[in-house]
Amino acid sequence: MYEFEFKRPGTIADAVAAIGAEEAQLLGGGQTLLPTMKQRLAAPAVLVSLGGISEMQGVCTDDAGRICVGGGTTHAAVSAATAESYPALSHLAGHIGDPAVRNRGTIGGSLANNDPAACYPAAVLASGANVVTNTREIAADDFFEGMFTTALNDGEIITEVKFPVPVAASYQKFLQPASRFALTGVFVAKFAGAVRVAVTGASEDGVFRWSEAEAALSADFSPDAVDGLSVSADGMIADMHGSAAYRANLVKVLTKRAVSAC
Amino acid sequence: MTQVTMTVNGKSVSGSVEGRTLLSDFIREGLRLTGTHVGCDTSQCGACVVHVNGQPVKSCTMLAAEAEGADVKTIEGMANADGSLSTIQQAFQDHHGLQCGFCTPGMVMSASALLAENPTPSEAEVRAYLEGNICRCTGYHNIVKAIMAASGQDVAAVAAE
Repeated sequence: MYEFEFKRPGTIADAVAAIGAEEAQLLGGGQTLLPTMKQRLAAPAVLVSLGGISEMQGVCTDDAGRICVGGGTTHAAVSAATAESYPALSHLAGHIGDPAVRNRGTIGGSLANNDPAACYPAAVLASGANVVTNTREIAADDFFEGMFTTALNDGEIITEVKFPVPVAASYQKFLQPASRFALTGVFVAKFAGAVRVAVTGASEDGVFRWSEAEAALSADFSPDAVDGLSVSADGMIADMHGSAAYRANLVKVLTKRAVSAC
Repeated sequence: MTQVTMTVNGKSVSGSVEGRTLLSDFIREGLRLTGTHVGCDTSQCGACVVHVNGQPVKSCTMLAAEAEGADVKTIEGMANADGSLSTIQQAFQDHHGLQCGFCTPGMVMSASALLAENPTPSEAEVRAYLEGNICRCTGYHNIVKAIMAASGQDVAAVAAE
C-alpha cells in the first residue's frame, strides 16, 4: 500500500480534529480497509485510527432498555456482551468472518462501509437501531442509502449504536463459504407492536426492509404467513455464486427459517 | 516514521516503522521472527495469526503502529520455558497435524486461543474456530485431531480414522 501519515487519537474530539486533514480516512478495525489499501483501491494521505479511543469501546444498557454498543467495539466483544441480553445480535456478531477477524473488526467500521453483503446492517435495520455519531443520532431507516453508501458526512464518526431489544429475533445467514459474508441474510425482529424484516446480501441497493413480509408477519407471526408472497428478482445481485432469482428465493426461504427460529 | 514499543514473547521491543508497516512485517523483518508466515497477505489464510493482548489476530491485517503498547505472542513464544514443545505443538507432531508446515504457526496460534477460551471443544467447535486458517495439505482431519488431543480428549473416534 502507499505510505500515509498514521494518527491514533485517544479521544473522539481529537479524532474529529485529525480527520479534518486533507485526504484523511478513518480506520476502524481495518479488516476491509487495509486489504483495500493493499490493492491500492484506497490511498488516503492520513489514516486516523479509532482503535485508541476508550470512550468508543464496550457495551451497556441505557435507561430505555436499549443495548448501546460503542462504535469501536469488536465483533467478538459484541458477541460476548450480548449473549444473554440480545442472543440474535450476539449470534450474528459471533459469525462474522472468522475468529481473528472478529477480534479486530468493529461495528462502526462495518456500518460506515455498508457492504451490501455485510451482516451488521441487517441487525441495525431490523432492530430499528439508532446510529449515533459525533454530531447527531440517525435512525436506521435513514442511515443506509445504498451499496457502500450511508447518510454519514465526510469525517463523521460512528460513536455508538443503540439497539432496541425485540421480544424475539433471529438472523439466518446463507453463508458464502469462501468470503464468509452473507450470500443472503435475513434478520427478523418481532416487537410488541410490529415485525421488522431486514435483508442483506441480496439487493444491488444494499440492505433493505421486506415490507410485504413485515405486514404479513405482523398479522400472523408464522412461517406460513409469507407463503403467498414473492420477491422480485429485479435489482437483486447476480454473480458467480448465485443468480438474481436464486437470491430472491433465498430471501423468502431465510425469512421462513428466521420466523421458525424465533 | 513512528517509534513503536510493544512486548513480544515477553520481551520489550521497539522499532521505527512507517504508518503502512504491517504487524507481520514488523515481526518478520524488524524482529527477524520469521516463524509467523505470510501466506496470502489478503486476510484469508491465517498463516500470520499471532496473539495481541491474548486474542488471535491476522498480523498481515493490522498495522504495527496499532500494536503500540500491546502484548504480542508469536509461534516463537509457544514452546515451554525449557525449549520443549508445548502440549499443542507436541500434539501436532504426534498426530501428524502438518505436512508442508506453512500454515502450522497460524494453526497453533489459533488452536491455543481456542483452548484458552474453550478447554474441551467439540470437533465441530474446533472446525468452526479454524474457519480463518487455511491448510492446503492435510484436509484438516489431523489438525482437528491434534487439537482435540491437546485438550485432553480421546481422539480415537475423530474423523481422521
